[in-house]
Amino acid sequence: MADERIPFATHAESTVLGADEIVLNMGPQHPSTHGVLRVKLRLDGEKVIGSECVIGYLHRGVEKIAEHRSYQQFAPYVDRMDYVAAVSNGLGYCEAVEKLLGAEAPPRARVIRVILTELQRIASHLFWLGTHALDIGALTPLFYCLREREEILKIFEKYCGARLTTHAFRIGGLQYEAYDELEKDVERFCKPFDKRVDEYESLLTENRIWVGRTKGIGILTAAEAIDYGASGPVIRASGVKWDIRKAMPYAAYDQYKFEIPTGKNGDTYDRYIVRLEEMRQSRLICLQAIENIPAGPIMGKVGKVLKPPPGEVYHAIEAPKGELGYYIVSDGTTQPYRVRIRPPSLINLEAFDKMIRGHLVADVVAIIGTLDIVLGEVDR
Amino acid sequence: MHAVIQYLISIWVPLVCALVIVGVLPLVTGYIVLMERKVMADMQARLGPMRVGPHGLLQPIADAVKLLIKEDIIPDEADKAIFWIAPLISVTAGMLAMSALAIGPWFQIADLNVGLLFIVGISALGIFGIVLGGWSSNSHYSLLGALRSAAQLVSYETAAGMAVVGALLLAGTLSTREIVTAQGDYGTWFIFAAPVGFFIYVVASIAETNRAPFDLPEAESELVAGYMTEYSGFRWALYFLAEYTNMVVVASIATTLFLGGWLRPFAGTPAFNFLDYFPSALMIFVGAYCLYRAPKQPVKVQQLFMMVLGLAFFGVALILAAPLIGRVNDMLPGLKPGLHGAFWFLLKVGSYIYLFMWLRFTFPRYRFDQLMRLGWQFLIPLSIVNVMGIGLALVLHRQWGWSHWTAFPLTTALTLLVAGWLGWAGEKKDKEHVFVGES
Repeated sequence: MADERIPFATHAESTVLGADEIVLNMGPQHPSTHGVLRVKLRLDGEKVIGSECVIGYLHRGVEKIAEHRSYQQFAPYVDRMDYVAAVSNGLGYCEAVEKLLGAEAPPRARVIRVILTELQRIASHLFWLGTHALDIGALTPLFYCLREREEILKIFEKYCGARLTTHAFRIGGLQYEAYDELEKDVERFCKPFDKRVDEYESLLTENRIWVGRTKGIGILTAAEAIDYGASGPVIRASGVKWDIRKAMPYAAYDQYKFEIPTGKNGDTYDRYIVRLEEMRQSRLICLQAIENIPAGPIMGKVGKVLKPPPGEVYHAIEAPKGELGYYIVSDGTTQPYRVRIRPPSLINLEAFDKMIRGHLVADVVAIIGTLDIVLGEVDR
Repeated sequence: MHAVIQYLISIWVPLVCALVIVGVLPLVTGYIVLMERKVMADMQARLGPMRVGPHGLLQPIADAVKLLIKEDIIPDEADKAIFWIAPLISVTAGMLAMSALAIGPWFQIADLNVGLLFIVGISALGIFGIVLGGWSSNSHYSLLGALRSAAQLVSYETAAGMAVVGALLLAGTLSTREIVTAQGDYGTWFIFAAPVGFFIYVVASIAETNRAPFDLPEAESELVAGYMTEYSGFRWALYFLAEYTNMVVVASIATTLFLGGWLRPFAGTPAFNFLDYFPSALMIFVGAYCLYRAPKQPVKVQQLFMMVLGLAFFGVALILAAPLIGRVNDMLPGLKPGLHGAFWFLLKVGSYIYLFMWLRFTFPRYRFDQLMRLGWQFLIPLSIVNVMGIGLALVLHRQWGWSHWTAFPLTTALTLLVAGWLGWAGEKKDKEHVFVGES
């Protein structure tokens, strides 16, 4: 009984025909809530008039674990948050601790970090595209996307031995030197990749059904997006040119030329276009980066035992899903006093109720898909 | 003596046909599913089922066994009697509809004079199974799926019915056998006389059989499995059987009405008589491919299986080639239309089902309101215009003595013009009606 908090506006909203509303419980076991998200929907027929996301089914207490691990020991844990983009998670954490230490990774390490992170962005967007299309009913793009993602995972595997939760970076730089053919592999992947993106576009972009299912669905205006604290492709599709890679460059992003794609309407279609364009931009960054990887050490001067001076730091990176921030408080010991993570998925998900109201049940999966959430990151 | 044989034939042929349909259809369904998975895999850069038997050829049998021995779960809250009976209604309706179909001049259970009306009516009854199943499951997903299905079927049945009426005007009869004969007499299939009608029937029949892009009643990513969410085991398999039976039925209707039924392409043109060799040639090709793949199978049993399969195809090729020998043809004059008719009919049905699959793996799914808009604002008006167009063409042809070659293209062009206008007007309306999220 205690769990039966009625999440929605308690007054009965008038429904057409005065029929009863039904409450549909979507998830946590559902094919397209992307994990264990549970959405309670209040429906008038098929029209959604209220919703509440129930999260926490994948809560593992990542932030609490950090308080009982040394700084290095905690690094692999962050990979388990957004497991679709583990490399980006690791980058954010390593850079945050480096900032706390006042250390810096050497240039070579930074460039390799950029290459791997951008590949990870492409992989994450590919996975998003495939599952999003699958949710809307297009079965085929998923397999084309997975085919390309596989190439990226192979590069990761060659680099650090792992494919999914890679733990690719270390605090202070890299543990592994780039293998001999990294440049060649990346080039072999990137050169034909824009043609591949064209291929996905040919399946979806001008497809009448696809446009009908995504245009005007889940509109988030620029002001609303800012109010909700949305970030990443979600805010860019609303027309806000906000990309941390440009706004507060980290790693080696200041060396490379790339565009920030933005949308106009902030609907599902624009978010789709923005993400596709981001894949093309990431490809360009990778191609620029492999042209000139500086020689030199890959590990900066950090000790074996990390003891940052007391203080606090907030460091954010542009993860594939948006602004991924780490707020770390040090009390001068080898273990962080507190780690607070700003997960882009969770904060983008906040806008879900705003986006879904007035749409139909079928749009629920479209909007969950377009937000590109990973429940490991939402629940942490 | 002759009369006795005639009498026996009139009793036994329908009985044998009925037994064949009831017995073979589940197996055929299984292999349509396998074909679908293979086609899907081909379009998605995968291999598809490869484990059970060579190239997964025994997969349907394994699946059927699995479904048969699975636990039969009935939800506590379900209305048990209706839950029980609902899938049976669907299957029965689908199977019953098969009875009036003429698969070749030989193979037909009953040549009803209202054949097509019967088929359309009976297959529409299958919706009861879906609605009752969805309702009795006592689950919101099932209920939504059932309601969607009911609305969808009612809307698209109208368009499909009107498309059928167009072809019936041309044929002037409802008997499936005579419709095909009429196309032979015309010298052309009705798809060429009424292409718009065929298009409408394709779209409406996809919607009627709940296939993507109109698979909203069982939209996997939205409603889990729609009306059959709560079903499992053999009851679920029955729904599956019903769905694929319905596919075969609509494909057969389309073949009968628009694609010349069992007629060979260019049936009336002696210059194309070489096409009589096509059935055997195709079977020899498939058989040769089986033999070619046989040594490449990893296991001895599989090699043997492929070899037997290849030889079986050769056997079928021989049987299909038999009526081409003059003496055999003189002895049994009915053999050629019977065998070759069945071959061409099944080939056309197979191509039609392939078209279904192709569309399924290419398109995203419609949303419910879009589906309804397409049905009511585009297809139904267009199907009515199509009927009027065909009527006009017939008047021009029969009363005014215009030739086929002017009357039908003219009315088709007129109908297409209306279609363009309908599409344009709908687009304009869509633009005015901006969908704003309202709370």
